[in-house]
Amino acid sequence: MKQKYMLPLTGVFLLFLLAYAGVEGAGMQWFFGIVVPYAAVAAFIAGFIYRVMGWAASAVPFRIPTTCGQQKSLPWIKQNRIDNPDTAAGVFVRMVLEICAFRSLFRNTKAAFNRNEKNKITYSWEIFLWVGALAFHYAFLVVILRHLRFFLNPVPVCVKALEYLDGIIQIGLPGIFLSGIVLLAATLFLLARRIFDEKVSYISLAADYFPLFLIIGIAATGISMRYFTKVDILGVKTFTMGLATFHPVIPEGVGGLFYAHLFMVSVLLAYIPVSKLMHMAGVFLSPTRNMANNNRMKRHINPWNYAVEIHTYAQYEDHFREKMIEAGLPVDKKE
Amino acid sequence: MADELKPDELLDKVDYTPTSGSWMNTAVQIRPGMYCYAAKPESLETLSAPNARQWNPLDKDWKLPENWQQIIHEGIKDRLEKFRTFKIFMDVCVRCGACADKCHFFLGTGDPKNMPVLRAELLRSVYRNDFTTVGKILSKVPGGDRLAGGRPMTVDVLKEWWYYFFQCSECRRCSVFCPYGIDTAEITIMGRELLNLLGLNIDWIATPVSNCYQTGNHLGIQPHAFKDMLDFFTEDLEEITGVNVAPQFNKKGADILFITPSGDVFADPGTYTCQGYMVLFKYLKDKYNLDVTWSTYASEGGNFGFFTSHETMKRLNAKMYAEAKRLGVKWILGGECGHMWRVINQYMDTMNGPADFLEEPVNPITGTKFENSKSTKMVHITEFTADLIKHNKLEFDKSRNSNRIITFHDSCNPARGMGLLEEPRYCIKAVCDNFFEMPENTIREQTFCCGSGAGLNAGENIELRMAGGLPRANAVKFVHDKFNVNTLATICAIDRAALPALCEYWVPEVEVYGVHELIGNALILPGEKKRTTDLRMEPLPGMEDDDE
Ligand code: SF4
Ligand code: SF4
Repeated sequence: MKQKYMLPLTGVFLLFLLAYAGVEGAGMQWFFGIVVPYAAVAAFIAGFIYRVMGWAASAVPFRIPTTCGQQKSLPWIKQNRIDNPDTAAGVFVRMVLEICAFRSLFRNTKAAFNRNEKNKITYSWEIFLWVGALAFHYAFLVVILRHLRFFLNPVPVCVKALEYLDGIIQIGLPGIFLSGIVLLAATLFLLARRIFDEKVSYISLAADYFPLFLIIGIAATGISMRYFTKVDILGVKTFTMGLATFHPVIPEGVGGLFYAHLFMVSVLLAYIPVSKLMHMAGVFLSPTRNMANNNRMKRHINPWNYAVEIHTYAQYEDHFREKMIEAGLPVDKKE
Repeated sequence: MADELKPDELLDKVDYTPTSGSWMNTAVQIRPGMYCYAAKPESLETLSAPNARQWNPLDKDWKLPENWQQIIHEGIKDRLEKFRTFKIFMDVCVRCGACADKCHFFLGTGDPKNMPVLRAELLRSVYRNDFTTVGKILSKVPGGDRLAGGRPMTVDVLKEWWYYFFQCSECRRCSVFCPYGIDTAEITIMGRELLNLLGLNIDWIATPVSNCYQTGNHLGIQPHAFKDMLDFFTEDLEEITGVNVAPQFNKKGADILFITPSGDVFADPGTYTCQGYMVLFKYLKDKYNLDVTWSTYASEGGNFGFFTSHETMKRLNAKMYAEAKRLGVKWILGGECGHMWRVINQYMDTMNGPADFLEEPVNPITGTKFENSKSTKMVHITEFTADLIKHNKLEFDKSRNSNRIITFHDSCNPARGMGLLEEPRYCIKAVCDNFFEMPENTIREQTFCCGSGAGLNAGENIELRMAGGLPRANAVKFVHDKFNVNTLATICAIDRAALPALCEYWVPEVEVYGVHELIGNALILPGEKKRTTDLRMEPLPGMEDDDE
């Protein structure tokens, strides 16, 4: 059991050491600062497109939405337009809620069984996974958007505004960014759930722990650079602007910790297209959610539909004609 | 044996904590009571299905074709291209576990491989090994495949597939909770298609399929016997109501073709629902001159092909439209059936349409247009009846159902594949005063399967069925204890076959009714005599002999 998370944990630690030692010991700034990030971005973009195209290339032969509410029916029966949409607008709202608010996850319940004279199975609303997942994803989003300040000059107002909001709780200097803390906490929660919830632990693979450790590593290095080791921000900005404008430069005075951070981000980027993290794109394409339940109203075409052999009425009647006549059932051909 | 397992013993086993260790290393134990007998070769032969042979799941040798691994590999490849669902669902699961405790088979057995996510992983592990770049690379490194969660296809994996894909009733409850809408039923469907490529079906599916194909219905009832059955009901109903309700068969030029699952014609208590339809049609004939015909050729609404492969489903479904065309009816009315309606709602038009030889369904009595079935031209009987009731076209004597304290079991397929939730409730409430809902987490889209769906309604897997039906029965027991509920109404023929056994096991005081049995019981037929019994020939409330 333990090896399922020990291996990825060790792996992430080695990745960290590799970059740290590579820079601090071997002076391979150009490799970890320029080659790896460009390669990772290229792998990410190419891989992402490849995967999405792969899905899109597969047919959607049938319209099979999961309906979670009343269908469109008689005019006086109230339809659930969002969970059981029959129009594109309804589907749109359903998808927005799914993607932005994790609506299906919100429904989550926990089942428990009490072996006593009542023997009741109980279902209680289980909100923590939803909260944890939502906190994780939104914190991550804010962190990413905040990092745009390193790649854009001048820094756009909206990024500044976001930073302002994110840092609104001011405890000492520099201001604390909520997003980073939330991201780390949420990731730790998801990790703890994976390890300590027996059911989740049972279904987890090494590939489920790896990205969690990686993200924890990224968040931890980022936080420590900002609050503790105080990385040379100007140097970093020179460096990232160089990458963004395709005139890469290696600045002085930016240490191994930064390169380790960058390296782990690069690994994550390159890892996305070959992993389950592609759910970020897959969720848009899921046929059980993104189709309208108007099956009986509108004909849906199956691109690979083919003719099949059927047992025709004529064959049927040939087989049973006598018995049918005897029973007084009408037949097409009498003799 | 399994059927001797007492409810208490079964409950003692319920435990939702998986044992430690890796599921990939835990070999499958095929256990009597938990699986259905293997498909008989004759049944597969009718359909020219591959690898028809005598085999036994308990044997070591399953008599597979020599190149079986290649067949499976190519089968997967083919389906990945044909079904976006399959491809996406193989790729995007994050193993969050939200679906884990949503499956009734997991809740009843505690077997971790019945967690939907793990059921899917059984197939996904092979997919990762054979079809993903990482999996292919890692499988070459010693121990590497386990890192990415891949494993090669072996006989043991195949047996595990067979065992667990036939322990899923394709009910889709798991799909409701998944953040990506991953539908494990869809994966089970693919898994069963793949197994069918090797002739690995169960007999409770294969034989009905073969019967449907040959004789038109899954019990293999021949045309004259089908007619006999309904004639027999006609006699009973004449005794009960004093009215001759004889139905029409294969009638050209009728207004409406009526198709219901053959379970309603042959097995109690479905037969009483069938009588309910007959009473209703007689009423409509006498009062409004509506001409409804039954068909002996298309005498099955249920489609066991659905549990076999998409192709078989299509082959069986073709009869409905073919018969409607031959008879020249205006549109088709469908009876109370679960998976039949999933097929009609989600597949029929695509597979066997366009039904352009039919008219867009309009209720000739009320003038209501069934907008929602414009294209398939097929209306559900509770939609139809609800419309009649709403327009005050039916007269009821509710007191005839006053001894029934009712709760409603949403059948999985109409609930989660269609959204037919209010219509049956409206019908029930029109004919009964005592109606109570089961707890919220167990009805509507969160409804629990009867435990015997998707072809698992056999006798030999009774332990599986009783365990799988536990969550449903548990909720029924709750309303039974709280409100004295004694009647479980439903709109599915499999339910009518499966739930009586389930109730007898877990809540013996509750009886199972079809919605149209309740309708037929309350409906006042023109010219009827004073009724003293219900459709089951049991005394009506107030008509009991007082012999105590
Ligand atoms: S809920 Fe969906 S994503 Fe989560 S484990 Fe189940 S199938 Fe996978
Ligand atoms: S479809 Fe139903 S039976 Fe199958 S895994 Fe999901 S919940 Fe279980």
